[in-house]
Amino acid sequence: MIFRVIAKEEIKRLFAVLADGNRIIGPVEKALDRKGKPIYAFEEVSEFSRLRLEYTTTTLPAKRYFLPFREDLAVFRMEDGNWTKSVNYNIDTPTILFGLHACDINALNKLDKVLMGNVYPMPYYAAKRKNLFIIGYECTPQPFCFCRSMGTDTALHGFDMFITDIGDKLFIEIVSDTAYNFLKNIKFAEPQEADHVAYMRAVAEKNKKFTAHVDTTDLTKILDMEFQSEHWKQWGDKCLSCGSCSKVCPTCYCYGVEETVDIDLEGARKTKFLYSCNIIDFAQVAGGHNFRPDRHNRLKYRYYHKHRGFVEAFEESLCVGCGRCGEACLAGITVPEVIASIRGEE
Amino acid sequence: MSNKIPLFDITEPHRKGIPRKDDITSFEFTYKAEITSIYKLSETEKLYQIQIADTEERKRFSSRPGQFVMLELPGIGEAPFSISSSYDGNVELCIRKCGNLTNFLDRVDRGTFVGLRGPFGTSFPMEEMHGQDLILVAGGIGLAPLRAPISYVQKNRSRFNSVDIIYGTKNPQQLIFTYQYDMWRKDDVNLHIIVEKADDAWKGSVGMITKIVEDIISQRGGELKDTYAIVCGPPVMFKFVCAMLTKAGMPMQKMFVSLERRMHCGMGKCCRCNIGSTYTCLSGPVFDYWSVMNLKEAI
Repeated sequence: MIFRVIAKEEIKRLFAVLADGNRIIGPVEKALDRKGKPIYAFEEVSEFSRLRLEYTTTTLPAKRYFLPFREDLAVFRMEDGNWTKSVNYNIDTPTILFGLHACDINALNKLDKVLMGNVYPMPYYAAKRKNLFIIGYECTPQPFCFCRSMGTDTALHGFDMFITDIGDKLFIEIVSDTAYNFLKNIKFAEPQEADHVAYMRAVAEKNKKFTAHVDTTDLTKILDMEFQSEHWKQWGDKCLSCGSCSKVCPTCYCYGVEETVDIDLEGARKTKFLYSCNIIDFAQVAGGHNFRPDRHNRLKYRYYHKHRGFVEAFEESLCVGCGRCGEACLAGITVPEVIASIRGEE
Repeated sequence: MSNKIPLFDITEPHRKGIPRKDDITSFEFTYKAEITSIYKLSETEKLYQIQIADTEERKRFSSRPGQFVMLELPGIGEAPFSISSSYDGNVELCIRKCGNLTNFLDRVDRGTFVGLRGPFGTSFPMEEMHGQDLILVAGGIGLAPLRAPISYVQKNRSRFNSVDIIYGTKNPQQLIFTYQYDMWRKDDVNLHIIVEKADDAWKGSVGMITKIVEDIISQRGGELKDTYAIVCGPPVMFKFVCAMLTKAGMPMQKMFVSLERRMHCGMGKCCRCNIGSTYTCLSGPVFDYWSVMNLKEAI
């Protein structure tokens, strides 16, 4: 990996260079919540001044730029009792994600494994993922962040460059040649020993700020052992089955497909829409049988998929510990609490 | 001068030919197929014979017993159906009307063009069963997926020892594939049919399917040796039948079940068919009983 340092002011120049001909998505402040805290979101940004790089976790992940909530898989034209199907992967233009936190980059890496693995790679995702240029930005841990427990507090790959604020300068990790070529347009320097020390100090400072933890030791086995645990029913009683947790999750990719006839009756479309396993008909089959009829079945399934099944398939959890689901949950259910209760910790 | 990042086109180099699991362009590949004939099997079930329209594509399509296809009617919907039999680009699907798509299918005439994706999923290891006894158990619509291994047995009857088909439904009106029973019997297959509730015209056995399984086990002295079993039916039937077979000494790895789940892609992406995180579409729909026993909430 190549490391460089730039003066803080230079990042504006970098933004200007990138903005010349490219679409930039970055964190912006949308509004203030009831407590007066800012609400952040990923949006298209054309001026650096709108960008809030010191942002805390956004309410919604950047998912809609590579895994849209609704997307057409195919369109049909109907004619004389016959039809033709055309498929569009919806590749339009490369997109720059400016200022993604490590958890969100790791979420992309996890999605890559299942959506771009060697069994039936999904072109709709790949087309967008392969056209992402990602600039990571070091975060400040929030009280709900448990990424350190999930091993996703740092990103090792899956981005183009990663920026860390080390006080008077910005420390930059460069992964791709595209990133290096962009950097050539601004003033940068080789990091000195003092910069290395400053970087390590910044990271150590960040690590001290984590307060939420999840014990993942033997979690796959414990989840199997505690499958009939009463705790699931208790959480199920609280759960509203609204699906908010999946909507805000950066790694929830489950979907449904529906087909609709166009209003002119000459065409039809097949649309994919992201779905949540907490919604009642997720596992319901034709004829009415529901494989997970109760709320606790469905809530449990979500934990099984994230913390057990995905581990079995890819040797890592599907959860990145961003804590968005706990923040969005209307019933106040958080991952650290659920897992602690299943582990028998109070 | 603009600094525009060049577009990365995932479809280049474009590979044409047989849709492969690792070919990104095969994801939404649909065979266009024509419904060539429709037979009414019962009040709610129909058998659709579907032929892939393109002669070249017809040659490419091949499936093994137990696999399924995704059938699509543009604008109406898409759903998975197990293949009842398949030959030379022709597919037979036995479909019960019970949802949006299937109720629409119930109203279409032959000549309608549908889309087929697949075949997907695992299959019954028929070759492994050569030289052994075979017990095929079907409950209700479970006969639809079971018809593919039955056709295999018919074609390769000399390779198997005794073959028993046990088939049970709620009432005599629900029996499907009635026109084939004599043909199966002619091929030296022991066909046992049982209904839960008989009507005046019914002369066969009445009761639960487990009654016949019990009879067969006791006929063989309470022990099943060198025997394979395939069980298709409602989840509750798996539990009872497989428990009885296990008790009679049949290893769990020699019992195969075909599971039903909701599916939207058939390719391990949509997660609707997940059991834990085992995709029924990739690791199934055919599982041996050992694997199913180890999956939570599978049956």
